[in-house]
Amino acid sequence: MTARLLPPDDDPIRPAAPRAIRIAIDGEPAEGVAGQTIAGVVLGSGRLNWRRTSVAGSPRGLFCGIGVCFDCIVTVNGERDVRACQRRATDGDVVETQHDVLPEVAE
Amino acid sequence: MPADVVIVGAGIVGAACARALAQSGLSVTIVDRGAASSGTSAHGEGNLLVSDKGPGPELDLARYASTLWPTCAEELADELGPEFPSIEYERKGGIVAATLPEGAEPLLSFAESQRDAGVDARPIGIDDALELEPDLNPALTAVVHYPEDAQVQPVIATDALLASARRHGATVRLGEEVVGALRGADGRLTGVRTTRGDVAAGAVLVAAGPWTGDVTRALGTPLPVLPRRGMVLVTTRMPHRIRHKVYDGDYFAATQSADAALQTSAVVESTAGGTVLIGSSREQVGFDARLRVDVLREVAGKALRLFPFLTGMSVMRSYAGFRPYMPDHLPVIGPDHRDPGLWHASGHEGAGIGLSLATARFIADRMLGTPLAMDDAPFLTTRDSLRPYLEVAR
Repeated sequence: MTARLLPPDDDPIRPAAPRAIRIAIDGEPAEGVAGQTIAGVVLGSGRLNWRRTSVAGSPRGLFCGIGVCFDCIVTVNGERDVRACQRRATDGDVVETQHDVLPEVAE
Repeated sequence: MPADVVIVGAGIVGAACARALAQSGLSVTIVDRGAASSGTSAHGEGNLLVSDKGPGPELDLARYASTLWPTCAEELADELGPEFPSIEYERKGGIVAATLPEGAEPLLSFAESQRDAGVDARPIGIDDALELEPDLNPALTAVVHYPEDAQVQPVIATDALLASARRHGATVRLGEEVVGALRGADGRLTGVRTTRGDVAAGAVLVAAGPWTGDVTRALGTPLPVLPRRGMVLVTTRMPHRIRHKVYDGDYFAATQSADAALQTSAVVESTAGGTVLIGSSREQVGFDARLRVDVLREVAGKALRLFPFLTGMSVMRSYAGFRPYMPDHLPVIGPDHRDPGLWHASGHEGAGIGLSLATARFIADRMLGTPLAMDDAPFLTTRDSLRPYLEVAR
């Protein structure tokens, strides 16, 4: 349970009791509850960025949060380019951050 | 004081013309109803191709254009400095492949005809092809390598040409739509009327791409340019695996066809940003920008025949744009014989990025009376092939 989650007792929707899940991001464990996206779990663990741009190496994480911008892509269980904001986290997911170097330019 | 030239359209062709004319000392105003490079120039792939053109005037123009790009890229970089992004000019070469047995012979004989016209077109075996592009489908039936094909980032190239034109004194007026002509008492064109006022000019150069039909109708002397829609898929950034412009041999037939119905062929290349662009389709459906899933599916399916590994890659976006289509498949570059003062630089279909610099050179040489690098008769409004489609002026 993290500060970013509404405590179930205060939630007017009266959800079922939360079920804890644990994923790994670059080998670091991150705790969340079933139903969160991967982005939700990673943000909840206190990490705000998980990708770097190809040119400037600037940090990137969640930007649009609705599946449009593709800024938050990660590799999940070996499958690359998964939008962290769109994939529901599953207990035991192995998440790896991505960085692709730029193509070399032909003369 | 009237400008020497008002250019309608701030896409790459208008921008290249503005730069060439301003560099020659003419006063130039460029008007666009939207933002700079917001139309066709922003919706293609930045192709500078000789490989997709058969022997004839358009190939000659493309070969001439390909000699202008390296110098222009250097000039723009020097002039605009390191703060301005690179136009990403890259002479990466093209690879054209036949995917079916019956496609091999037509592709190879087409390449031979291009070689006779001076194109560097090299038929290569599959082993050599895999050396150039290791992830190509090894089951291809014929492959031709075109080292002269190149690519630019078309939006940055347009912005760079416009920035250079401004430095040479050109005025750029955006968000201003041309709605009619200004004419003298004798009927001669003396400028354009826009949504924000009048722009008086000695010459009106229309470079409005697929919207040239509308603009020239508003001016009273229609040019038969029609929109031809195309769609492109964009993958997420990936490790660099596609090194050339790679397309299937059906592409040439599609560019030359007059059929309004859907045609697709695979055109695959990576960008400097690491994404891969997958085209292409051609349809004549007016200015309908809605994406069609069946078109995207057909394009994607053909791309997989070239690069089977793309099966596992993610598509991030898709977009549609409009090419300026001419019924006789040649651009119109030069004065309109029906209406003194009216000039055209339009109708390049899918080749306008590559041909923009050559087009600008022709326009500037014609306007200034300096010698042209090659015969421009095939691109004038007086050519025979255009006559059946031209209306009598006003």
